[in-house]
Amino acid sequence: MIKISNLHASIDGKEILKGLNLEVKAGEIHAIMGPNGAGKSTLASVLAGREEYEITEGTVDFDGQDLLELSTEDRAREGLFLAFQYPIEIPGVSNINFLRTSLNEIRDYKGEEQISAKDFLARVKEKSALVELDSKLASRSVNEGFSGGEKKRNEIFQMAMLEPKLAILDETDSGLDIDALRIVANGVNKLKSDKNATIVITHYQRLLDHIIPDFVHVLYDGRIVKSGTKELALELEEKGYDWIKAEVETH
Amino acid sequence: MNDILQDSKLSAFVDKLSKTLLPLDQKITHKAQEVIESMDFPTTRNEAWKYTRLGKITGIKLENKIDRVGNLSREKINSLFQVSKNGLTFVYENGLFRSDLSSGEFPKGATIKPLTGCSKEELKNLGANIKLENEVFNAINTLFAVDGMFISIDKNVVINEPIQFIHLLSGSNTIANTRNYIQLAPFSKAEIIQSYYSLEAEKAFTNVINEINIAENAMLTINKLQCETENSFHISTDQVAQEKNSNFSINTITLNGTLVRNNLNIEVNGTNCETHLNGIYLLKENQHVDNHTVVDHKAAHCESHELYKGVIDDKATAVFNGKVFVRKDSQKINAFQSNANVLLSDDATVNSKPELEIYADDVKCSHGSTTGQLNEEAVFYLRARGISEKSARHLMISAFIEDVISKIENEDVKNFTHSIIKERFGWEF
Repeated sequence: MIKISNLHASIDGKEILKGLNLEVKAGEIHAIMGPNGAGKSTLASVLAGREEYEITEGTVDFDGQDLLELSTEDRAREGLFLAFQYPIEIPGVSNINFLRTSLNEIRDYKGEEQISAKDFLARVKEKSALVELDSKLASRSVNEGFSGGEKKRNEIFQMAMLEPKLAILDETDSGLDIDALRIVANGVNKLKSDKNATIVITHYQRLLDHIIPDFVHVLYDGRIVKSGTKELALELEEKGYDWIKAEVETH
Repeated sequence: MNDILQDSKLSAFVDKLSKTLLPLDQKITHKAQEVIESMDFPTTRNEAWKYTRLGKITGIKLENKIDRVGNLSREKINSLFQVSKNGLTFVYENGLFRSDLSSGEFPKGATIKPLTGCSKEELKNLGANIKLENEVFNAINTLFAVDGMFISIDKNVVINEPIQFIHLLSGSNTIANTRNYIQLAPFSKAEIIQSYYSLEAEKAFTNVINEINIAENAMLTINKLQCETENSFHISTDQVAQEKNSNFSINTITLNGTLVRNNLNIEVNGTNCETHLNGIYLLKENQHVDNHTVVDHKAAHCESHELYKGVIDDKATAVFNGKVFVRKDSQKINAFQSNANVLLSDDATVNSKPELEIYADDVKCSHGSTTGQLNEEAVFYLRARGISEKSARHLMISAFIEDVISKIENEDVKNFTHSIIKERFGWEF
């Protein structure tokens, strides 16, 4: 699905990613953990195509395509989805109108027909139920006046509507109470199939009790320094990151 | 001294114009004459014109035109310019009434006709509220107005269908001095759609005055659409007097014109009135649009709401100057004023000046002004959902101005506005 090789990225001349390697196959869930400032959100931003970052080295292959050559919108149209750490409020643009435009532009890109009003509304109803999002929120302005939990659920709702191949959840769990966390995780689990994949970026092990990862990676100082299974997450929760830092520095 | 005056740009400007035939009071015409003879066009040293240079207008020799564009028909006018298929449509070309192009049924309980067809008695108050001192364009209109609409709604009469005024500018270097007189008797209600266009017109100038008197408990809505060409000039003054318990709304939609100045002067004379001023201005290229509004609360227990929004691209300039006065004894006034602008280019300019002058002590008033660019984070967010950069910007611009358009109650006006915006800017709603 996605193969990241030796990725180097910097912002304002400061190198953040320093040779990152990661491969995610269809049907897999990968968790990326790491201390603050390790480069977790930078990785998400670079993959989504934020232009502030400069890619100085490396490649990203997304289902046979050179991802780094694609514009942000084309990445989304090819099936990459980023659930934002801080979803943006867009006054006046209704969630529904925005999603219809989004779905139709993606369909147009793929040479498919526009979605009918009836099918669209049926889909909104089905998918908003999945994340227990009040249908009233679906018709309000994008994220405007939403609570923190509603914003995150709205991200997963959009993901459900767009059915991406690869979803990257950037700290989707931060700031969520346990109920909201359960709802978000439940949504992600229900959307999982053997054709799609998920990268969960998180600071806390808590989320991984609900979304069971196949692999856990530790991102430190711009590189993946340790990979393992879900037990690694528990170990990190217990021991913190200092032992990883020590391990890296002795090498 | 005389030599200098004869050399003024203003005297040269009016040199070729023919005097009005409207039965204005002599005192008024004398005053207008005096203004023309003693003044010149205002410069940017004049506070009211600080951000608007008139050089584009004053340098041109303008004339009255009575030739008509030949190949026009009712059907053509209606298909191109009629905003609503309902109601009465009155068409004017260069300020002159064209009965051959007008259509629709006269509503019962209203008198609607060209000003030139009115009796002296009907026009006895014409010009009474129009300020002439230091107001060059009002003086020009007073001395040289060719014609306009007379609308008088009788007591207790409610007109549900809109009264449409279509104003066409045609020919090169034309000036249309147009005067409309609108009065609503107590407990009456009406809606007027004024739309302004150009037809084979180059460097043509609409100078229009609307004199509006709203009696107690009457309700008036005006939808004004300014859709002339890229090189046209438009200066308008709406002088409105509101008596107690009346309700006045005006939606000013400026979609074109090289130099547009809208003066909106609302005198709220009676208690318990409501006043709504909404405006959008969408500018590109070298357009200059200046909205000057004054709401003068002379009586207590009234409210006024003002919302103006603009989108400015290329090298265009927008000016907003909104003033709210609350007089000493006008207690319990709620007055809200807001102006918001989005700049789409680095060369676009906005001068926004909201002002409150409050002499009463028990009032709720607020004003605010914002100017900025589209939120790039939001553009990225939309793009990350597969929406092209262009569509993302259009979605956001449309949402920004729809906030104002949604305040227009007449669906036909809304749809017409949407279609012109789509045609001129490509923004969809």
